[in-house]
Amino acid sequence: MTAFDEMDLGPASQSQSQTGQSQSQGSAGVRAPYRDYKRWLDAAPGDMLARRRQEADLLFRRLGITFAVYGEGGDTERLIPFDIVPRIIAAKEWKRLRRGLKQRVKALNAFLDDIYHKREILRAGTIPEDLILKNAAYVNHMRDVTIARQTYTHIAGIDLVRTAENEFYVLEDNCRTPSGVSYMLENREAMMRLFPDLFAQVRVAPVGHYPDALLQTLRDSAPPNCEDEPTVALLTPGVYNSAYFEHVFLAEQMGIELVEGGDLVVKDDVVYMRTVGGLKRVDVLYRRLDDDFLDPKVFRKDSMIGVPGIFGAYKAGNITLSNAVGTGVADDKSIYPYVPDMVRFYLGEEPILANVPTYVLRRPDDLKYTLEHLPELVVKEVHGSGGYGMLVGPKSTAAEIEAFRAKIIAKPEAYIAQPTLALSTCPTFVESGIAPRHVDLRPFVLSGETMRVVPGGLTRVALREGSLVVNSSQGGGTKDTWVLEEDDSDDIKAGEDD
Amino acid sequence: MLSRAADNLYWLNRYVERAEAMARILGVAHRMSMQSTHGSVGRNDEWEAALIIAGCDKSFALHGGPATRRAVIDFLAFAPDNPSSIHACLKAGRENARAMRAQITSEAWESINAAWLEMRTFSMAKVEADGFSTFFDWVRERSQLFRGVAEGTMQRDDAYRFMRLGTLLERADSTARILDVKYHVLLPSASDIGGAVDYYQWGALLRSVSAFRIYRQIYRDSIRPLKVAELLVLREDFPRSLHACFAEIVQILQYLRESYRRDYPSVRLAESMLLKLRYDQIDMIFTGGLHEYLTNIIDSNIELGAAIARDFMQPN
Repeated sequence: MTAFDEMDLGPASQSQSQTGQSQSQGSAGVRAPYRDYKRWLDAAPGDMLARRRQEADLLFRRLGITFAVYGEGGDTERLIPFDIVPRIIAAKEWKRLRRGLKQRVKALNAFLDDIYHKREILRAGTIPEDLILKNAAYVNHMRDVTIARQTYTHIAGIDLVRTAENEFYVLEDNCRTPSGVSYMLENREAMMRLFPDLFAQVRVAPVGHYPDALLQTLRDSAPPNCEDEPTVALLTPGVYNSAYFEHVFLAEQMGIELVEGGDLVVKDDVVYMRTVGGLKRVDVLYRRLDDDFLDPKVFRKDSMIGVPGIFGAYKAGNITLSNAVGTGVADDKSIYPYVPDMVRFYLGEEPILANVPTYVLRRPDDLKYTLEHLPELVVKEVHGSGGYGMLVGPKSTAAEIEAFRAKIIAKPEAYIAQPTLALSTCPTFVESGIAPRHVDLRPFVLSGETMRVVPGGLTRVALREGSLVVNSSQGGGTKDTWVLEEDDSDDIKAGEDD
Repeated sequence: MLSRAADNLYWLNRYVERAEAMARILGVAHRMSMQSTHGSVGRNDEWEAALIIAGCDKSFALHGGPATRRAVIDFLAFAPDNPSSIHACLKAGRENARAMRAQITSEAWESINAAWLEMRTFSMAKVEADGFSTFFDWVRERSQLFRGVAEGTMQRDDAYRFMRLGTLLERADSTARILDVKYHVLLPSASDIGGAVDYYQWGALLRSVSAFRIYRQIYRDSIRPLKVAELLVLREDFPRSLHACFAEIVQILQYLRESYRRDYPSVRLAESMLLKLRYDQIDMIFTGGLHEYLTNIIDSNIELGAAIARDFMQPN
């Protein structure tokens, strides 16, 4: 199976183009969104990219110092490789994606509100009850807790992969504390410094207003008991957290305090931060700390980085935690197959963005099919993460497959299965020049008074030839993601409702 | 500003200043030990005095062994388990800076970070081979460079104010201790007064606080204990004097009181200390006993540090 190439029209697509598809116009063999870029690239001197990449290395090493200072040893691990070839998305493609992203996150929020209150979706039998109530990520303490705007995941990162011209699939939803947005912003900064001439020729929708949009979203989410202009702070686990750089960056960009657990104190169910001018009330906390560590009085008792009593303040309506407590149940792998059903159930709409076809092995038919097709499927453990309890059929030996088969038969409900997808590829500057490499995309969806999606996201790229793994720990890098602006419209920039 | 930030920045500068004070103390002891032909041959007085000034005599004693030059320098400069060693101070200073990376300028960060990275390349063996003075000078220059970079690049905001407070409290403590111990150690040998040893001893004391030339400029006189004490305690125009330190401490604290409109006990304490330093006279101080006077200041300074912590860094 040949992967969809984001820039070059493959043989299949070219035959399409002969039938009158729009991308047949202009430079032959190049898809429409990449045409201006390609023209610029063709006109540029031969060694230009190599030189700019050296500049980029310098630029990022300087930025990299900022990343690296937070670790004493193994600093370079924090330097995620940056590729200087942008990933480009057409305005029209983006508009559809954006509608789909908003729709999906709206449904996820409705789902979270529902399962912690009326549980209609369970009573309707759309999702099996035990899947939710026995889920390790379901937080019983959140039962019947009223939160501002009934919004649970204010900041969601939705991971998308592409397989064909108009085929985007959601690979997973991140509803807890999605990270990576700082790379989206830093990558754009770097690209604008490296290729100012290019930005003059190609109209790229800006992403720099993300911190403003985030701050506005957080302010929108002030708790019921907040009467004045809300005070917003960012709660970090501290300097040793791998995303600490991003926490510093976002707090700085938003002009809010970056606090640690020890900076906060709860008195009479009100949260304050300790400042040199005395205690100052906090209304909204953008917390980059997992539920488990949030409040040692309620969750893990050994948490040294949490705030004792903060959950009480939360229940009393004196503070908004963003994201809410208990959102993990919405991005659990066992729940993922049901998200399209959520869209239908809560919004009465057909999902715009499809899931990767998923076999739920607690269903007998799906189990049967999976066991018959193990060599071609990817099987994932539902509560596992990081690919530990995972079988990649095409890359496994017969013995490995048989061993996994036994595990599945012993406990089918612990697994889901998916076909291996041909992820799209994007031109990437590697040792040998420009070559196709597989990419994914994580746009960030903000839910406040309105929903906001900054046009872009984090494109991760598997730098090794043929690799599908985009994780930075396994040779993955990042790219700047360009959403093109339409000539006669600026609504992409605004990112508001269509 | 967060209390934790104020705390980190205050300690950042305290540690840097402490590293510098340690280098000054060791530098003078080293200088004195080389001039020991003038009367103190074979004695370790200088090194014991250095331990007392540094407040490390008790912890050194726990280590066992005599206070030889090598042992004391190793303990005060390199021992990682001595929290007051130059090594430990630069490390702690850099840790505090790292936690406040976003609150200080990149130049200030790079300055302290470079100091720490370079510190890691020094060792007792290397310093013994290359010469102690070079190392002590290096520490002093690094500390001064850091303060200079901060002074030249940082916004005059609360971050900068708490950094200054750290410098000034530590410096006042260090000046008071140096004077107290030296006076204590030196004065009893009354037979030496006016003699060569006396001259070198008091001269070394002045040099340890960069005051040798200033003394000459101001007093145009031979070095006399009373005037040395006056310079180090009461002269407002000498930047390491107690008076100069407290004048700026009070200025900063009063500013904070105005901007937060709160009643901070630490401000009143600092004001009362400044009043004494402003109106006391050196003759009266000697009549009452310089040692008692300095002990009182050292204790008040410790109390002031605790009050600042309560007021700004641990609000309830």
